[in-house]
Amino acid sequence: MSEATVARMSESAPSPRPALQENLIEVKNLKMHFPVTEGIIIPKVVAHVKAVDGISFNIRKGETLGLVGESGCGKTTTGRCILQLEKATAGEILYNGVNLNNLGSKAMVPYRQKIQVIFQDPYSSLNPRMKIGDILSEPMRVHNVIPDRRDRDKRVLELLNVVGLSPRFADRYPHEMSGGQRQRVGIARALAMNPDFIVCDEAVSALDVSIQAQVINLLEDLRDEFGLTYLFIAHDLSVVRHLCHRVAVMYLGKMVELADCDELFDNPMHPYTKALLNAVPIPDPTIESRREHKIIKGEIPSPINPPSGCVFHPRCELAVDGCKKAVPEFRELRPGHWVACTEV
Amino acid sequence: MTTLLEIEGLQTQFFTSAGVVKAVDGISYTVGAGETVAVVGESGCGKSVSALSILRLVADPPGKIVGGSIRFEGRDLLQLSDEEMRSVRGNDIAMVFQEPMTSLNPVLSIGMQITETLQHHLGMSDEEANARAVELLGMVGISEPQRRLSQYPHHLSGGMRQRVMIAIALACEPKLIIADEPTTALDVTIQAQILELMKNLTRQFGVALIIITHNLGVVARYADRVNVMYAGKIIETGTAADVYHNPRHPYTLALLKSVPRLDLPRQAKLDPVEGQPPDLARLGAGCPFRPRCRYAVARCEQENPALEQIGPQHYSACWEKNSLTSAGKVVS
Repeated sequence: MSEATVARMSESAPSPRPALQENLIEVKNLKMHFPVTEGIIIPKVVAHVKAVDGISFNIRKGETLGLVGESGCGKTTTGRCILQLEKATAGEILYNGVNLNNLGSKAMVPYRQKIQVIFQDPYSSLNPRMKIGDILSEPMRVHNVIPDRRDRDKRVLELLNVVGLSPRFADRYPHEMSGGQRQRVGIARALAMNPDFIVCDEAVSALDVSIQAQVINLLEDLRDEFGLTYLFIAHDLSVVRHLCHRVAVMYLGKMVELADCDELFDNPMHPYTKALLNAVPIPDPTIESRREHKIIKGEIPSPINPPSGCVFHPRCELAVDGCKKAVPEFRELRPGHWVACTEV
Repeated sequence: MTTLLEIEGLQTQFFTSAGVVKAVDGISYTVGAGETVAVVGESGCGKSVSALSILRLVADPPGKIVGGSIRFEGRDLLQLSDEEMRSVRGNDIAMVFQEPMTSLNPVLSIGMQITETLQHHLGMSDEEANARAVELLGMVGISEPQRRLSQYPHHLSGGMRQRVMIAIALACEPKLIIADEPTTALDVTIQAQILELMKNLTRQFGVALIIITHNLGVVARYADRVNVMYAGKIIETGTAADVYHNPRHPYTLALLKSVPRLDLPRQAKLDPVEGQPPDLARLGAGCPFRPRCRYAVARCEQENPALEQIGPQHYSACWEKNSLTSAGKVVS
């Protein structure tokens, strides 16, 4: 354990929030529409799934931005667009000022080293036929950053050490490890290329609670040690609150609220954010029995044919007639606190 | 409150090539009529196997219930013939599974899957069963129930499918419903809807409920009593207030502390349970939680503590239980 880690563990106050202003990532009016086709021989596009429909945000250097929302809201697609695993329909993704959407696959290669990902499911994101050591050294070989084999092996042991795994795991296969250990391998693989930016797509959701806390602490330590920037995609709001500097809330392909972490949790403004926070159970029977539960009705509509106007209006208790027609503007209601709702 | 279900020393083991896995190793608890009991623990602690054992649904081989008794209204379910057991399942005791995506039959219509139970157990005619199915779907909050009868599971969202599962569970007015991680696969707003629905329906019909979950938050609001399991054993049991406010086993304490909470100020650092859960095929002597326990003493290495009473309904299996408080261990 590094000295910095030890020093931080003795603190009891909330972790300091660094005020960094320089943008690492800027997403401008990003749209990702997947075509829905009919017909086998001559496919015809009959509709589009509007997975992400015009969202804009920035991620500052050294910052962790939380991206929350329920299944199908477009949070994973947003992450995949930034990673250039999907070719966005429209919009810009600027990395240090360079628009990744305009780069060809060759020009993209150096950026792929700088942008890495940790996937949700530690069971399916590791190749079952490869040893852990090979999984970790493959990216270094492909990008030819460490040409010598013996140097790569040394680096593998170093990476295992960084994520808290014993060196003997290098010769093991994924099936010999538990979920928490596999997720550590996923993290080590993301670190192999010395990235600046990591997309954590539900990186702790599949883990048991006692293991989840271990991995969250590891992600925090690595962020501080290597000065990493994270996009932390998750549906668990209490984890997001613990880890993030700023939080963006998505619903049906749109961004509905964006604010500093404390501001968002202490003073949520959008009715959807409020409902989401209200639905999170608290492990305390006294508080839970006193708490008034406002349960939002209905389910998330289909992103093929989203509701007109504000996409949340059919489930919203504040909705007025205007919400059915006009798409609400994403406004800055307080410094740094953006909300897409006309009724707050 | 009359006792509905009484589990006594239940032992379920799996005979595998790696050895005998003691998935459930002598657990005992009771469920009163209309009571909601939670079974909490992490993956592999035996909570699901203990539930499947109640309905004798453990696959044999490799699994086998090797000891104990499960008395339901005075009858020992383990002594019943297969025929008699079939009339208990779905009729007296119903089950709601975790995965609404895989626990419904994809090639049978929703109506068919609900009426099957009604016709089998209650001998209803087609018309009677259909009318009852419409009533049930309405009860669990599904719109246009008549039209849904002819739909298939893939037409429905995850939340809707779980509502159908609950409708099937309620169909024969059982006395006990066992819900195995009923909301784990669902989004949080849908989870809140389903939990509220289950609470209201069980209160309305006086059905007892066993909720199995890994999420301590989910059951805080609903459970009358909580059993915490670790490595095939119940290590702490008590009322919800006992277990959440006054945990007396280091594992319960650690579980409660390791989750970030929305209602408390943010901590600088989470306090995880270090290490990994034990391999149930290779349990040695002593307390199975000892390698991960902060408060372990020499005695923990040799002797496995039994559940002992510490309050009116509060039991803990820990040698150090009397020096534990919710803040940690008091050094005497």
